[in-house]
Amino acid sequence: MEHASFGDERNATFCITEEDHTLANSLRFALNQDPRVMFCGYSIPHPSDAKVNIRVQTTGEPAREVLKDSCQDLMLMCQHVRGSFDKAIAEFKRNNSSRNYGRNPIAKEDNTNRKLSEAKDCLSKQLHTLPKFNNHNQNRQ
Amino acid sequence: MSDAESMMHGGFVSALDLPDVPSSKLPHHLDLRRTRVLCNSVAPDNTDTVQYSGAYASMGVDNSLRLDDFRNNFKVNVNRLTADEMEFDMVGVDPSLANAFRRILLAELPTMAIEKVFIANNTSVIQDEVLAHRLGLVPIIVDPRHFDYLSENDRPNEKNTIVFKLHVRCKKGDPRGTVKSDELRWLPKGSEFLKESGASASNTKAETYTSFNFSQDSMPEFSDNPIGVSPGIIVAKLAPGQEIELEAHAVKGIGKTHAKWSPVATCWYRMLPEVVLNEDIKGDMAEELVKKCPASVFDIEELANGKKRATVARPRACTLCRECVRDDEWERRISLCRVKDHFIFTIESVGALPPEVLFTEAVKILEDKCERVISDLS
Ligand code: SF4
Repeated sequence: MEHASFGDERNATFCITEEDHTLANSLRFALNQDPRVMFCGYSIPHPSDAKVNIRVQTTGEPAREVLKDSCQDLMLMCQHVRGSFDKAIAEFKRNNSSRNYGRNPIAKEDNTNRKLSEAKDCLSKQLHTLPKFNNHNQNRQ
Repeated sequence: MSDAESMMHGGFVSALDLPDVPSSKLPHHLDLRRTRVLCNSVAPDNTDTVQYSGAYASMGVDNSLRLDDFRNNFKVNVNRLTADEMEFDMVGVDPSLANAFRRILLAELPTMAIEKVFIANNTSVIQDEVLAHRLGLVPIIVDPRHFDYLSENDRPNEKNTIVFKLHVRCKKGDPRGTVKSDELRWLPKGSEFLKESGASASNTKAETYTSFNFSQDSMPEFSDNPIGVSPGIIVAKLAPGQEIELEAHAVKGIGKTHAKWSPVATCWYRMLPEVVLNEDIKGDMAEELVKKCPASVFDIEELANGKKRATVARPRACTLCRECVRDDEWERRISLCRVKDHFIFTIESVGALPPEVLFTEAVKILEDKCERVISDLS
C-alpha cells in the first residue's frame, strides 16, 4: 500500500484501492489542516482503475503516522456531524407535530421551496394512505 | 478589490498598515476571500477554499483546524422534513466533506433493486430486455439493512433475495390495459418457477430458482409489514389478448454499479447566498431593483417621511442569477456572495429509507472508509 523511499519516512505515496474522490478529497482536506504536513495531494492515475494515490510530505514525523492521525481526525469529525445531525432531527421532530410536519418559518419565507414542499407534502400524504407506508407513519409520531 | 467590496467591508488594508505584532485574526479583506465566493457580474471569483494549515503563517494566523473548533462551529438546522424529502443547513464544514456525503448518498449507499427477471411469457409489444430494465428501476420499499449482498457463488436465499411475481393479462374484447408497478406481488417463499433440467427423479422436492430456508414473512421485520414497491409506476401496456408472466428477483447493490440502486432520487447542496446593499437604495431605484429580481429577494420598506427604501427581505431565495448586478452602476451598489462553509443540503429519497436515516448512514460509510485505511496502515 505504501510506496516510500527507503530510509526517508517523511515522504511517502500511499495507494488506496477501491476508493475515489469521495475519500481522497476529504483525506486531503484533513491532511492539509495538520500543521505537520508540508505538502499533500492526491491523484487518480487512471479513471478505470479503482485506486487513488495520496502523496504526503511532512516536516519530520513519519508520513504513515500523520496519515493515520488524519484518518482518525476525519472519523471524529464524521462522528460529530452524525451526533449533531441526530440531535437536530430529534429537535425538529419534537417541535413539529404531525399536522404541520415539514413546514417551518424559514421554508415559508422561501417562495420556490415552499411550493415544492407543498407538492411533496401532498404527494406524501397520498402515499401515506397506502398500507406500505404505515411503518414510516408510526416512526414519525 | 472593487469599490463595492471595500465599501462593504471597511476598506482595503495595505500590508504596510498591518500591526507589527500579528493578531490571531486575519485582516478583513483576506477573511472575506477565505470565507466567501464573490459573485461578480462577469463571473464568480475566489471559488477555491484555503485548506493548507500554513497558508497565513506569514501573518501569524494559524489556518489549521482543531477538532474542538470544529465541534464548536459545526451546526445543523433542519428546515423541512417529510417522509421522502428533507432540507437542512449544515454550517461550518469544508466543501470536501459536504461533497463526500453527497457522493456517498448518490453512489455508495446500498438498496434493493430488481436484478434478474425470469420471463415465462411476454406477448406484449415491449421487448423482454426493455421490460426487465424498466422493472429494475422500480424502487423497492424495504430497509436494505435486513439483507446481505448476493455474491457470485451464493445461492439466492431469504437473506439476499426478494422475489416478485408479475402476471397480467388483457382479455380479448377488453380495452387496452396499463400494467403498473402495483401489480408486482411479493413472494415471501421465494421463486415458484421450477428449474427444467438437473432435477433428478430421486429428488422429491422440485428445485426452483431460489433456495429459501423459510418464508420471509416469518421474519419479525416483515411479518406485519409486507415488502412492496413504489406504486403507480407504469411498467408496460397491453393490447387485448396480450399477456406478461414473469418473476423478478431483487438483490442488494450500490448506485456505483447501476443507478437503480441509488437510494435518492437526487441529493444536492447549495451554498448560502448573501446579498448586501452597499448604499441606501431609495424611491424609483428601489422599485426598479424589486422588479429586476426574478426570485423576489428584495422588498420595499416605507420610511417615516413617506419615502421608500429597498431591503433585502429573502436572501435565501436568491438563485445568484446576477440579474441585479448586470449593469455597472448596480454592481457597485450590491454585493453578492456565497458563504463557503454554509451548505443548504437537500435529500430526496426514493422511499426505501427516510431521508434522515440515509444521511446518517452516509456519514457512517465515510467513517468506515477511514477505519479501513487506519487498519490497512497499522
Ligand atoms: S442575483 Fe438574481 S436572484 Fe439574487 S438578488 Fe440578484 S436578481 Fe435576485
